[in-house]
Amino acid sequence: MGRKVGIEVSIAAADAAALCDVDVVAAYPITPQTHVVEHLAELVASGHLDAEFVPVESEHSAMSVCCGSVAVGARTFTATAAQGLALMAEIVYIAGSMRLPLVMFLSNRALSGPLSIWNDHSDAMMVRDCGWIQVFCEDGQEVFDAIIHAFRVGEDPQVSLPVMVNVDGFVLTHVIEPIEYWTKEMVQKYLPPFQPVSRLTPEKPVSMGAFGMPEIYLEQKMAHNVALLNSRPIIEKGWTELAELTGRKYSAVETYKVDDAETIILGMGTICSTSSLAVDKMRAEGKKVGLVKLRLWRPLPSDDLRRVLAKAKDVVVLDRAICPGGGNAPVTSEIRAIMYTEPERPRIHCMIAGIGQRDVTPDDVCAMVDMALSQSIKDYHIYGVRG
Amino acid sequence: MAGASEKKILKPLKNFPMEEYINSGHRACQGCAEVLAVRHVLKAIGPDMILAMATGCMEIISSPYPLTSWNVPWIHVAFENAAAVASGVESGLKALRRKGRIPDKEITVLAMGGDGGTTDIGFQALSGMMERGQKVIYVCVDNEAYMNTGIQRSSSTPFGASTTTSPAGKVHPAGQMTWKKDMTAIAAAHGIPYTATACPSFYTDLIKKVQKAKEANGPAYLHILSVCPTGWRIPPEKAIQYGQLAVDTGVFPLYEVENGVWKLSRKAKALKPVTDYFKGQGRYRHLDEKLTAFIQEKVNERWERLLKLCGVELQTEDQA
Ligand SMILES: Cc1ncc(C[n+]2csc(CCOP(=O)(O)OP(=O)(O)O)c2C)c(N)n1
Ligand code: SF4
Ligand SMILES: [Mg+2]
Repeated sequence: MGRKVGIEVSIAAADAAALCDVDVVAAYPITPQTHVVEHLAELVASGHLDAEFVPVESEHSAMSVCCGSVAVGARTFTATAAQGLALMAEIVYIAGSMRLPLVMFLSNRALSGPLSIWNDHSDAMMVRDCGWIQVFCEDGQEVFDAIIHAFRVGEDPQVSLPVMVNVDGFVLTHVIEPIEYWTKEMVQKYLPPFQPVSRLTPEKPVSMGAFGMPEIYLEQKMAHNVALLNSRPIIEKGWTELAELTGRKYSAVETYKVDDAETIILGMGTICSTSSLAVDKMRAEGKKVGLVKLRLWRPLPSDDLRRVLAKAKDVVVLDRAICPGGGNAPVTSEIRAIMYTEPERPRIHCMIAGIGQRDVTPDDVCAMVDMALSQSIKDYHIYGVRG
Repeated sequence: MAGASEKKILKPLKNFPMEEYINSGHRACQGCAEVLAVRHVLKAIGPDMILAMATGCMEIISSPYPLTSWNVPWIHVAFENAAAVASGVESGLKALRRKGRIPDKEITVLAMGGDGGTTDIGFQALSGMMERGQKVIYVCVDNEAYMNTGIQRSSSTPFGASTTTSPAGKVHPAGQMTWKKDMTAIAAAHGIPYTATACPSFYTDLIKKVQKAKEANGPAYLHILSVCPTGWRIPPEKAIQYGQLAVDTGVFPLYEVENGVWKLSRKAKALKPVTDYFKGQGRYRHLDEKLTAFIQEKVNERWERLLKLCGVELQTEDQA
């Protein structure tokens, strides 16, 4: 068993990457990601981590360096947020399609403009379709475990895909939490050395990144999509073995008091902690409310979601990104889409909240549930807007 | 003079590698001297290399999935990031070698981009790579416009060239109204150990420079003038000749900067008039006497400045 320490989540995340013995870290500073890369730079400088720290001149180059280093078979880690992600977005998509299994810590932050360093999920939603495995974390322990799990799954030759670990900026990145560290032996047991499916080497020249003519592009996209969908059992296996080692069992869809729930709240990331308190409160008032925490955003666990949500009368989705001019918000739109074909389906309400880190308390969650059930809100509601 | 250089070029090169690292059958236009430059660069380095290439003609002619022209490990990610991808390759190899996970063998990391991919959109990534001191040879194959997308101007397009986005017209009689960005000097200003200009029309010089770049103790930058018959609107069989003229007229002088020391690559002979070079190139067809005189003046001025930097004096015909 590892030891438990009280530590800032960002530092723990960097330590987790270091425990995985990463070979290359390439990153550019941006709040609220800075503590992660600063700590990694420190570990490299002090000789605690034998890796190349590449202090790139932009996030675009950060992601490009990552592509190059993974392509030669080096275990690679990076971290960014909002504007950084926007700048590297072009390459994020290419890393996915080239099946380069790097791991990225994304400290979720609102996209400019106006400029905001604060937390929401608009950055992650911007690259929703990049073809990476994407998970959302609720607490520090999850972040620590998710990074080790990410290397294990992404680098699996059957998967070979990059993984994005989403961590709510400030509200999670900057808090101090009790986190159980893995020992080196645990990591070595869990995470085999990186053996890429193919690598750039003069011994056996390969070409990577060929372009797709109309007669092949579709098949290339399809192959990528199938690879992402097929990663699911490997993701599950990674969680099962993680449970055997640590006693912590993760799943794609986590539930809280849903068995007899008529109303289910659904969210991703830290808003789920807040929502669980709201559930307790509403339960105490005799309301049959439960919570679904969606951990695995991509590949979307559609069947699990259908199974859990179909029994409810109402589902209140707490979305953390605005979709200007659109019909609802990113998470709601997925949930509505996958439930549409169900013979019996709940009403699905879209509540947009916590934008640019506007505070969301348990009382706010209760209020949103009340609003959803009592008012007929058709498409979506942006909660807490003044004026 | 032309006769002399022609003779030199026709002379078979001793130890010229027979191996081909870019196969024939690629889709470059007839007479493309850019792909020739690539071919020579690769020959000069040999098989132990990894090549990161920017989007552009050389990538498009060589890699329609599932086909490839490359006999060396090759990666293409995007247009503006060849230097950054190569940085990743270099860093990855360094870490893996140190940790004993790959054989302890020198592998040359090469990055390549067109003039657009280098002097415009890839400028920042290149500067970053050089500033960080990564051991990468960066080769700019400069055909003086965005050829892959249909001959649009770049900051490396010379003054007076007509392109599809710098067309010569009544308002802008010169076509391109700005002077060619001096990328080689900018690279040298990074204080990297080796920088040079080259042209496949002078392939012994080119190969020698690539080999020097390979031995450099840090980043190296090579700026290779790559004649593009399609974009320059010249007959394909004239590509080599126009490369020679670019050098002989002083429009594109050959030189190197080794550890801060500037050195002219050829004897400092009197320049041929720029009109010799412009004649027959469709992209310069609109130039009148006034514009030509302006360009000539500027070429002379820059040539003299270069001679000064190299610490050489002009040699007269009989001295040569
Ligand atoms: C970000 C981005 N912007 C624009 C393009 C379109 N594009 C592809 S190649 C190219 C021009 C390439 O010019 P250059 O680098 O000079 O290479 P050449 O084709 O002339 O060899 C352009 C504009 C792109 N692929 N990516
Ligand atoms: S357009 Fe020019 S550079 Fe491109 S392949 Fe044709 S000749 Fe070569
Ligand atoms: Mg070009």
